Amino acid sequence: MRSWIERQRNIIDFTLCSLLRRKGKNVLLMLVYTLVVFVLASVMFFTHAIRKEASMVLKEAPEMVVQRLVAGRHELIPLSYIDEIKQIRGVSFVKGRLWGYYYDPVTGANYTLIVAADDQLSPGRITVGQGVSRARLVVEGDTMEFRAHDGAIIELEIGKTISSESELISSDLILISDDDFRRLFGTPRSCATDIVVGVRNPKEIPTVALKIAQLLPDTRQILRDEISRTYDAVFNWRGGIMILIFSGALLAFIIFAWDKASGLGPEERREIGILKAIGWETSDVILMKLWEGMIVSLSSFSLAVILAYLHVFFFSARVFAPVLKGWAVLYPEFKLVPFVDASQVVALFFLSVVPYTVATIIPAWRAATVDPDSIMR
Amino acid sequence: MIELVNVRKVFNMRRPNEFVAIHGLSLLIHSHQVTVIKGPSGSGKTTLLSLIGCMSRPTSGRIMLSDREITSLPERFLTEIRRKTFGFIFQHFNLIKGMTALENVMLPAYPLGERQASLKTRARELFNLFGIAEKAESKVEWLSGGEAQRVTMIRALMNNPAVIIADEPTAHLDTKLSREFMEIVRGLKEERKTVIIASHDPLVYESDLVDRTVNFRDGSIEEEA
Repeated sequence: MRSWIERQRNIIDFTLCSLLRRKGKNVLLMLVYTLVVFVLASVMFFTHAIRKEASMVLKEAPEMVVQRLVAGRHELIPLSYIDEIKQIRGVSFVKGRLWGYYYDPVTGANYTLIVAADDQLSPGRITVGQGVSRARLVVEGDTMEFRAHDGAIIELEIGKTISSESELISSDLILISDDDFRRLFGTPRSCATDIVVGVRNPKEIPTVALKIAQLLPDTRQILRDEISRTYDAVFNWRGGIMILIFSGALLAFIIFAWDKASGLGPEERREIGILKAIGWETSDVILMKLWEGMIVSLSSFSLAVILAYLHVFFFSARVFAPVLKGWAVLYPEFKLVPFVDASQVVALFFLSVVPYTVATIIPAWRAATVDPDSIMR
Repeated sequence: MIELVNVRKVFNMRRPNEFVAIHGLSLLIHSHQVTVIKGPSGSGKTTLLSLIGCMSRPTSGRIMLSDREITSLPERFLTEIRRKTFGFIFQHFNLIKGMTALENVMLPAYPLGERQASLKTRARELFNLFGIAEKAESKVEWLSGGEAQRVTMIRALMNNPAVIIADEPTAHLDTKLSREFMEIVRGLKEERKTVIIASHDPLVYESDLVDRTVNFRDGSIEEEA
């Protein structure tokens, strides 16, 4: 066993030495390799994390939202609709919600204003998300100014900031009292932004939705499952587009790596001849090449995955954010919670490290099976 | 004792450029002696050495090493024999560039799984013995011809083989260095090593320490001295 370990150590030692002897070529190869895996891993991490966040958010979301439409656009919904919906069998609860967006010209960000469901906030006080707190440099106890729909300035005091598991929902969030919301946007007391509906038996959700549609023909019903599907489709699609754009570079890398790995230069061929002549077996040469492939690909792969992790979860995927996140709806900036799908990383490993290592071994095996006397000439 | 029985070596067989390098050769090489295979360039000396040293196989005929037939052995066993029995000194040195002299000489022992520390100690002892201790850490491309050849000799001796095979060892050396080389061979002979040298340098085949000279031409033995 000890001799086996020493043999591996000796051969790794020689492999490292031989990699260093071709420093320029190998550094370039590792750079390209790292870049390719970095881009792929970034896209994978980002799309997975954002989908995971979205599903986490949606888990807490109501099963059904009812919105009023006027000329195909979302309008305020009369609170009288609540009583009508309550009549439908199977409905467990019906509540009006008040929410909207507020554009802040100071930071150029859109905030989401929501009236807290249980209306715990007293008028004049708000609770803000981390993104808002960062963007406006405000903390608990500070006041924020808002321009109301009629041009009046409203000052609201920050009661506390939200620390949530997912910044995706809480980052741009401002929780506000019912009175302040209506004063800010001029929403009549008889209306809400939309209505959330709870259904006792999840299997009955589509039936209840159909009944609401029949009862209130000017409304649309948005089901949680539908939103979840849309999120999945959107971010899968964005990831796909990114990979498609990148596939040209990927192909170039594959050709480059294949050429580097599979083609043995005359110098390398001569070295294999020398090693065989001085007593190395074919299996020793293959082992050496195996280590070489592993060292190059495994170190590039690990470095790329670490960089991609830092890029996505610490630097908000700055390089690809415009493509992956879409428009300003995700402002102010938010930090993704690190969710990594191990199976995706394993798949990436098998698609990069394994083919590269195999491509390194085959030509070495061919060269190593030749009689070593060729180097005597 | 190494015995070649009716050995024939053909390159590019059944092709238009077929070439017979060794014609049905039979030869007996005694242990603990210095044997020189003398002949002009292109006479097949190198081919003969590579056959003796298990670097290639004969097209026909048999090679016996201490009464053991080695011609038909699988590649793995041939490598094992090559590693343990033979040490090679190549005409063009065949050192691996970019590595130090010390790293080069340790290479034959790497697959044996010996600890690097003990390998280094053994190698440094040989560097001392050959008088080039200060060159151990030098890159091989910085060495002079004589130094490079000593490094090649140290590498050949690293696994303590019974037989040393040298192909035109003085081809790239001046007279002084060639004499020094022969003195090293004398030392090897005193250690009861079998030395086989292919050379057409009079300084080698006329040396008093040579026990036997085999004249070789066009792939056959002409006469023995």
